[in-house]
Amino acid sequence: MAIFTLRINGKTQQVDVAPDTPMLWVLRDHVKLVGAKYGCGIAQCGACTIHLGDTAVRSCSIPVSAVGDRAITTIEGLSDDGDHPVQKAWLEHDVAQCGYCQAGQIMSAAALLKKNLTPSDADIDAAMRGNICRCATYVRIRAAIKAAALQPSRT
Amino acid sequence: MTIVSTSYSRRSFLKTSALAGGGLMLSFSWLAGCASSDEELLTLPKEWFDLNSYLKIGENGVVTIMSPNPEFGQNVITSMPMVVADELDVDWEDVIVEQAPHDPAKFPDAMLGQFTGGSRGVATKWKALRTAGASARHMLRQAAAQKWNVPAEEITTSAGMLRHASGKSARYGEMASAAAKVPVPKEVKLKEVKDFKIIGTSRKNVEGKKIVTGKPLFGIDYWVDGMLIAMIVHPPAFGMRLKSADFAVVKAMPGITDVFPIETLPNEQERGAFDTNAFPQLLAVVGRSTWEVMQAKKSLQAEWEPAPASSMVVSGFGNKSTVTVPAGLEDSASHLTSMEAAAARPGRVVRKDGDPAGAFKRAAKVIERSYSAPFLAHNCMEPMNFFAHVTADRVKVAGPLQAPGFIEPTLSARLGVPADKIDIEMTRMGGGFGRRAYSHYVIEAALISQKVNAPVKLLYTREDDMSTGIYRPSYHATYRAALDADNNLIALHVKAGGVPESPLFANRFPAGAVENYLAEDWSIPSNISIGAFRAPRSNFIAGAEQSFLDEVAEAAGKDPIEFRLELLRRAKANPVGKNNEYDVDRYRGVLELVREKSAWANPPAGVSRGVAAYFCHASYAAHVLDLTIENGKPVVQRVTSAIDCGIVVNADAATNMVQGAVIDGIGNALFGGMPFKNGAPEKTNFNTYRMIRMPDAPKAIDVHFVKSEVDPTGLGEPPFPPIFGALANAIYKATGKRLYKQPFVGETPVLG
Repeated sequence: MAIFTLRINGKTQQVDVAPDTPMLWVLRDHVKLVGAKYGCGIAQCGACTIHLGDTAVRSCSIPVSAVGDRAITTIEGLSDDGDHPVQKAWLEHDVAQCGYCQAGQIMSAAALLKKNLTPSDADIDAAMRGNICRCATYVRIRAAIKAAALQPSRT
Repeated sequence: MTIVSTSYSRRSFLKTSALAGGGLMLSFSWLAGCASSDEELLTLPKEWFDLNSYLKIGENGVVTIMSPNPEFGQNVITSMPMVVADELDVDWEDVIVEQAPHDPAKFPDAMLGQFTGGSRGVATKWKALRTAGASARHMLRQAAAQKWNVPAEEITTSAGMLRHASGKSARYGEMASAAAKVPVPKEVKLKEVKDFKIIGTSRKNVEGKKIVTGKPLFGIDYWVDGMLIAMIVHPPAFGMRLKSADFAVVKAMPGITDVFPIETLPNEQERGAFDTNAFPQLLAVVGRSTWEVMQAKKSLQAEWEPAPASSMVVSGFGNKSTVTVPAGLEDSASHLTSMEAAAARPGRVVRKDGDPAGAFKRAAKVIERSYSAPFLAHNCMEPMNFFAHVTADRVKVAGPLQAPGFIEPTLSARLGVPADKIDIEMTRMGGGFGRRAYSHYVIEAALISQKVNAPVKLLYTREDDMSTGIYRPSYHATYRAALDADNNLIALHVKAGGVPESPLFANRFPAGAVENYLAEDWSIPSNISIGAFRAPRSNFIAGAEQSFLDEVAEAAGKDPIEFRLELLRRAKANPVGKNNEYDVDRYRGVLELVREKSAWANPPAGVSRGVAAYFCHASYAAHVLDLTIENGKPVVQRVTSAIDCGIVVNADAATNMVQGAVIDGIGNALFGGMPFKNGAPEKTNFNTYRMIRMPDAPKAIDVHFVKSEVDPTGLGEPPFPPIFGALANAIYKATGKRLYKQPFVGETPVLG
């Protein structure tokens, strides 16, 4: 066990865990932020997607010891009141079916739009192919991303 | 006007209320601090008045409606309360929705209980939901009538207001206290379809905000103080069982509190129809955190041995039978060989009309084709999990399951605890697709909690989830058609089977439309456990049948839609045989609608089109699929869907459901498959089990519903089976190659 000081959603927190503990389980078990979901444990499904700095990463495959002082953003910290343009677009398009993968989808989409203000279909395919939606809400995810891309403020 | 008898009385309601600890249970009390902002916008009342098991009204007019069935993506948690709210005649903005706990007394259903599955959710609860709303409205009107001293019949309602021609009016909240004292009516008038105000509109998912903000909603998110984490270790192959295990090393690992074997279902315990379980003997690893338990699980050393054949008594839905599970380590190659051999032998005749043998003899042309498909894993995104806290006098379990009423008797028998001491809380499910109707994991969690004497959350790893069974079976079907010299279909023969069950539906279309018809089935026993998977059996046979009919239409030189309509006209005018299950007009309706909406006669330039239609789960679906081939890969440009599922409750949510079913079907048709070798599933995670992803999804899906006043007939499953056929038929148009074996594309590297 070792103490790690993490910056999560703007707050500094300490956790005492084994250094190889993936960020996913640090968040879920120790910080009690459960928005990031366990789906595969091997970075293949994207349900656990969070941001390290501005980059979307699979938290199931990032040991806590590799995070360093990079800022961590989870779905809970993406906006103060669920009003990030991507979240709003998700609601407007009523994207979710079971909803389990959607936090990961939203985090991947938000990271895409931070880097690319007008993503093409090919850009969306490339950014979102790491996120599986078993209910297959892909046409709505695509539509919601395009709608969010048109919003003026999507920081 | 429809008058229905109410199925509950105030007395029975009060009694069950008391049993549940008084008043309506809040399903997610551990989420008290996480009310959605939508709920926060509503001012919560100071006092609630229960009008029946489905609803309570606050003195300020806010209404809480209980959604009786568990939710795994169909959005019944929105559509079911919409039905109640419409009959109650309340403003949807004044409604708060809560997930009901399992409570057969409050939400009775002799056959299925509070079951989400079989596309029966809204259909089976339709009357109860409407009655709940209508009888509460009746009680409010009675209360107002007494207060205003006018006949109740003269009081009208709208949007949560009671009004009388004399000018008197009151909000529902003002009358709620008095209404709660009015006797529950023995029968009540329901609205005319034309008077629906909420049913048929589009309402956003009531849990949408919680979903997009990552609130704890799912079983895997469940957490209580002092809770331990548990995982299981199961045999590496079907046909194997535990021989021995060494716990010492693992017990000493960090964070681990206990390791022990459990027997979830002793062979002598009678099983329910949904107690399917290939691995009743397991090892349990329990510890303080998920990662520590995961690591320990990997280190657990166990020896496994071949299991002998076994038999067990299975009862359910009025039947009792002895089921024998064979010994042996099976593999997919030998399954295919055995299926082809079985298909070459005469099958069991399930239906015969006319003289099929004679018709085939005199045919001008005979077409014979065989189709096959592999096992499929459900792969719900949320792996199986459940919370359990078993104490001396009470059992509390909570988590994702489709059918609380199926598991409760099994849990009660296994623990020796009466059902009234068992509380089942239903969390939102991260997918179901049939998999969570088989909730053996509830028993596992409870036994582990009992052993360690603590609250426990059991979690399957993805590898456990994918390798513990309950798969969609592997299927095979051979179709033969006889055409006369004028290209009329004079005989059809279907022989279908599988490991371990046949996908045959002998009485569905085109039965009834062909003069000479023969349907046979066969099956091959297996120890690989199987279960319902979105549209069981239909999910294979529809694709085979609809691909075959496409080929027959082509051989007959006929347009594929017109060919089907011609058969349906025959089935309508002069049906062949008995027990034809489908409604010809509704079947015809979706074909005609999809023909119109897809502009079938004028396809877009450069695309190849396929059509398919199917009837299952009481509803009708037809799809036209447009694709192009780019870089050697099929790219679905557009799917046009026509659906007849009776009355549509929540229009946009229903559209979402159809879109998902279409993509799910395309994914499984192209990529789906679970191969076995020496009894072991060869894929255990998403690096090898290919799922459909964003780049493979259609560019557009247009969904059209047949306008209908028929009571809802189900939607989760019916759009799924025919898309397999529409895809195969479109690929044929594009490539000239007919596809007979799923998956069509097979495995290719997905992601680096």
